[in-house]
Amino acid sequence: MSKQIPLVDYLVLGDEPHLVAQECTSCGARFFGRRNACASCFATDFKDSPVATDGTLTTFTIVSFAAPGVPVPFVAGIVDCDGTSVRGNVVNCDPTPEVVKTGMKVRLTTFPLGTDDNGVEAIGYGFEPAN
Amino acid sequence: MTDPVWILGIKMTKFGKHPDKDTIDLAAEATMDALADGGVTMKDIGVIAAGNLMNAGGGTGQLLQKQVGQTGVPVYNVANACATGATALRTVMMAIKAGECDMGLAVGVEKLAGAGLLAGGSAKSAGNEWKPSGRQGAVLGLDGRVGTDTMPGLFAQIGQEYGHKYGGTSFELFARISEKNHAHSTLNPLAAYTKRMTLDEIMNDIMIAYPNTRPMCSANCDGAAAAVLVSDAKLKTLSKEQQRRAVKVSASVLTSDPYQEACQVLADVNTLTRQAAKQAYEQAGIGPDDLDLVELHDCFATAELVHYDNLMLCEEGGAVDFFNSGATWRDGKLPVNVSGGLESKGHPIAATGIANVWEICHHLRGEAGERQIEGAKAGLAHVIGLGSACGVHILEKSGL
Repeated sequence: MSKQIPLVDYLVLGDEPHLVAQECTSCGARFFGRRNACASCFATDFKDSPVATDGTLTTFTIVSFAAPGVPVPFVAGIVDCDGTSVRGNVVNCDPTPEVVKTGMKVRLTTFPLGTDDNGVEAIGYGFEPAN
Repeated sequence: MTDPVWILGIKMTKFGKHPDKDTIDLAAEATMDALADGGVTMKDIGVIAAGNLMNAGGGTGQLLQKQVGQTGVPVYNVANACATGATALRTVMMAIKAGECDMGLAVGVEKLAGAGLLAGGSAKSAGNEWKPSGRQGAVLGLDGRVGTDTMPGLFAQIGQEYGHKYGGTSFELFARISEKNHAHSTLNPLAAYTKRMTLDEIMNDIMIAYPNTRPMCSANCDGAAAAVLVSDAKLKTLSKEQQRRAVKVSASVLTSDPYQEACQVLADVNTLTRQAAKQAYEQAGIGPDDLDLVELHDCFATAELVHYDNLMLCEEGGAVDFFNSGATWRDGKLPVNVSGGLESKGHPIAATGIANVWEICHHLRGEAGERQIEGAKAGLAHVIGLGSACGVHILEKSGL
């Protein structure tokens, strides 16, 4: 089996890919990436906490004009995953306002981004319509 | 209650393309005009705060002094994203309030004509070997792969989020906000763009990040603005004419974004604006109903809508109805962005937070010509720097 590497360190691959947040053990605030102290309550203990893979799209934009090298159009959005807001693209659907709507149910999905000289495949994530 | 600080002189340059002038030329032009407007010279200035975001390490304040007068006074070169101008103003306010001097100069300048997207990119091409880098261990650039880093896209989401929460928004609604500001700009000779645009023209222009088309985005351009601030005690020693034209700074507030769930995945421009507005109304002792005009940070049409609510110009959740009532047109109940706003007046970043104060002062002094809001006595100027910083100034006509 070829080796894989996640696009970001908060994406956990395997049989059930999911995102993992740093959760403040004091107040429960969640962060993607390391923190020295909680931005909400200033406590300093965190634990790894899996983020729900199903969620609701709370906002989006369809980017038609981006920096060179960024393929357009694409849908960028924010997904409320059972109380944790996650940033990601909406994928596997037409990038049009007729198809993509706020409030739509989406689920986490992963996809390959390419393979390096060592045969390692990079895996990205996005959210696809759940229905 | 401490004594108020006053704006003695203030000026903005024409916004637009200035190919023959560099940032220091523009800053000097605004400075000389603001000093003349206030009837003072560099000799009277006890502190300088200068902003130029695109060259934040460039020592703009000191270079400006070499162009207009070197007196050895303290210079603070400030940078605070799109709130840089308001931050310069606020820095001078603090120095005067602290009693360090009785007069100061705030200046903001930017050369942005022809600039494209101001954020985003860094899309690393697939190399020979995946190497995690940065704070999230990314093996590729994340802009476009995990959401968007572009300003039009970020602010599009901020407007769409408001629609998700309260309903009533649409592509057309946001476009109509832009239609208003472009209509307003036709009366502003200092605006970068003064062409009235129809709703169809706006909606059928190039889509940048749905629902923001090109004319719904702030216009990159060149420009500068400068203000001379004076203490209450010093103003009273100046001429009657200077006192009559002085504009009272009834509130000067700067906030940053407090923690909110989601604020680290999509910038929260709402909470800090609401907190700044609340503090400003308390400082000024007046409320939104007392305002005659507002210049708010319409960096994108989608942003203007949310700030009606954040600045408490309407009921919470009522921004769509408020706009649909016609209130924010120049003949409405509370005109917003009669200058044309950032979408047509333009957004030379560090100049914006002083230029919007100039616009308010212009009306309070009764000097706004064709676009004068008759009888204006109080106004509010607001800016947002993403990341985030919010500046709110409330200004009142002199009763002296």
